[in-house]
Amino acid sequence: MTPASENLYAAREPIFPKRVYGKFRTLKWVVMLVTLGIYYLTPWIRWDRGPNLPDQAVLVDLAGRRFYFFWIEIWPHEFYFVAGLLIMAGLGLFLFTSALGRVWCGYTCPQTVWTDLFILVERWIEGDRNARLKLHRAGWSLRKARLRMTKWTAWALIGLATGGAWVFYFADAPTLMRDLLSFQAAPVAYATIAVLTATTFVFGGLMREQVCIYMCPWPRIQGAMMDNDTLTVGYRDWRGEPRGKSRDANVGDCVDCMACVNVCPMGIDIRDGQQMECITCALCIDACDDVMGKLGRDRGLIDYLALSDAPREQAGEVPRPFWQHVLRPRTILYTCIWAAIGAAMVYALFIRPEIEMTVAPVRNPTFVTLSDGAVRNTYELRLRNKHGEPRMFGLHVNGDLSLNLSLEGTAYSAVQVPADDTLKLRVYLTAASASTPATQGETPVRFWVEDLGNGERAYRNTVFNGAGE
Amino acid sequence: MGEPRKDDLTGRETMGHEFDGIEELNTPMPRWWLITFYLTVIWGIGYTIAFPAWPMISGATAGLLGYSTRGEVTQDIASHEAANANLVEDLNAVNLAAFDPQSDLHRYAVARGASVFRAQCSQCHGSGAAGAKGYPNLLDNDWLWGGSLEEVAHSVRHGIRNETDDDAHWSQMPAFGEIREATEIDTLVSFLPTLPDADWDSPGGALFADNCASCHGDAGLGDRSQGAPNLADAIWLYGGDPDSLTQTITYSRFGVMPAWGQRLTEVDVRAVSTYVHSLGGGE
Repeated sequence: MTPASENLYAAREPIFPKRVYGKFRTLKWVVMLVTLGIYYLTPWIRWDRGPNLPDQAVLVDLAGRRFYFFWIEIWPHEFYFVAGLLIMAGLGLFLFTSALGRVWCGYTCPQTVWTDLFILVERWIEGDRNARLKLHRAGWSLRKARLRMTKWTAWALIGLATGGAWVFYFADAPTLMRDLLSFQAAPVAYATIAVLTATTFVFGGLMREQVCIYMCPWPRIQGAMMDNDTLTVGYRDWRGEPRGKSRDANVGDCVDCMACVNVCPMGIDIRDGQQMECITCALCIDACDDVMGKLGRDRGLIDYLALSDAPREQAGEVPRPFWQHVLRPRTILYTCIWAAIGAAMVYALFIRPEIEMTVAPVRNPTFVTLSDGAVRNTYELRLRNKHGEPRMFGLHVNGDLSLNLSLEGTAYSAVQVPADDTLKLRVYLTAASASTPATQGETPVRFWVEDLGNGERAYRNTVFNGAGE
Repeated sequence: MGEPRKDDLTGRETMGHEFDGIEELNTPMPRWWLITFYLTVIWGIGYTIAFPAWPMISGATAGLLGYSTRGEVTQDIASHEAANANLVEDLNAVNLAAFDPQSDLHRYAVARGASVFRAQCSQCHGSGAAGAKGYPNLLDNDWLWGGSLEEVAHSVRHGIRNETDDDAHWSQMPAFGEIREATEIDTLVSFLPTLPDADWDSPGGALFADNCASCHGDAGLGDRSQGAPNLADAIWLYGGDPDSLTQTITYSRFGVMPAWGQRLTEVDVRAVSTYVHSLGGGE
């Protein structure tokens, strides 16, 4: 029986990461600048596609069912490109994790980037770690209320900008901006912004590391991606232990200053060894290097380490060079698969047919007998025009069967397909009375379509149903 | 059963049951759960007041908000009707003799007509419009009463051989079993399949000229003004085998179609006619 006093629930311990300087912190600022820049600015890039198409470089047109990415336009039936990109993203994560540990989590994950941004704002408004700790412990006062309100307002504005940027990917950004400001945009735009503002505020401001620890599945999967040769943030305990402030020869390099703990956005102690919470943001490396530098000791007490190098270093040998950790059969294999999918997609993109046609024989009924005894089949054709201007397409059927092709509603065998659209056609093939295709069961036929503007051709195979068995 | 008492180990109240020395601790529902439960009860009561809920002897309580799913559907349909109002107006005004098959209005008419056809016409003519014995195939190029869009629309609007519409197409083939000998009918039956390259000097040719040519034409090519089928083509509405032909000639046939102008709106008549006309046989 569990005694009532033993509670399984533990409240969150607030974390107040301290400002840190160093090369990894600088790298993280650059990554933040680049990723946030891409996210906020991409919808505003213009790209001229001609008169009938949107001029936004990256646009997910849900209503028109198109995805525009610079010079690439993807239709719904080409969604496999998106699937391929997702597979590449997954393999890319495998690759980077097996080589460099949770480098995605530590540097580029939106949760990390936005949390970093929120902590930056928090630090500007409420001060560094000690000031924030003091404010946290202090009772409510006018000053605390003012600081808290300022911080929350700033967070909410960042959230608003985040949600606001998201909707611009789904509509023409300048138009939507005008509509949003004049309260004429679609309700779904406001709802999306509201939801994303709220989630950004809550995830970046309030939940922070809890998202990584409790909500995200990736930390749990990553264990399978890492091995002993993976470079990950670690503590050279053989050098640091036992900790102590004295200059005694028996005492290790770690002076137990807690700098590494104070800067950790996850609130952990890296000296406890590798742990699930660690996102390998490397800020503890910066913090420790700073202390070691001031004390005149060797840097790298906390460093990017591989487990396989630990016994080597303890034995006084030189650890293996960086490239040996990165270039391993496993990472090479991941790279090859990743590159193969990428190459296949680029290939698929280039051989993507300019003309697309589907042919569906009408099977209710399979054939019609005409008054002169001829047998007629009906086909439903869909012609896609992927260009920004209307195009004429000519149709014919392979000639060795003496089948007569005609189109519903026109005397010609050519049709105009509107710009960036699909046209559905009813097409008839007629076999003369007592001819071979009219009397036998199924006859294979091939529809040819030709872009009359540039002479490009494509075909689809189907069958002609005769009156025979 | 004993009185509730405090459990020594946990300090919590027991339920007062005791079975072979085992007692049950009193573990009430969590407060939040109870509050949620009572809130749902209150919500439920409010819901049945606001919305249609309680069955009465005839019908059910209407609810204070006056909501009904039927009303919502009516509204939904009305909003679609309103959205299509311009197209409907144009379709009612368009000259069927000069209806551009490449126009958007024509596409709308075909789409609208297709749904009318499925609901009203497919019972006899089949969902693919291929017809059945006695029910004309609307896909082929053989028309009893004419295959232009206007003529199709006339047939749809007024129907065939019905007594409810004065403008309905009407014709009646005599039952030749009452007029002619069975042997003469047999002769005709063996003559008909030889059309159109028939021997007109044969006994069958003479019989045909005397009895059939007045409606079906001298060469048996039919007459659309009275719905007399072309007997020289490959299409037989009631079957072209000797048994079917014998029965047709002996007892005659009398295909009937309702006057859809009395049941459908004008726009639906025009739409379904356009649809039928666009299936491959339209003239």
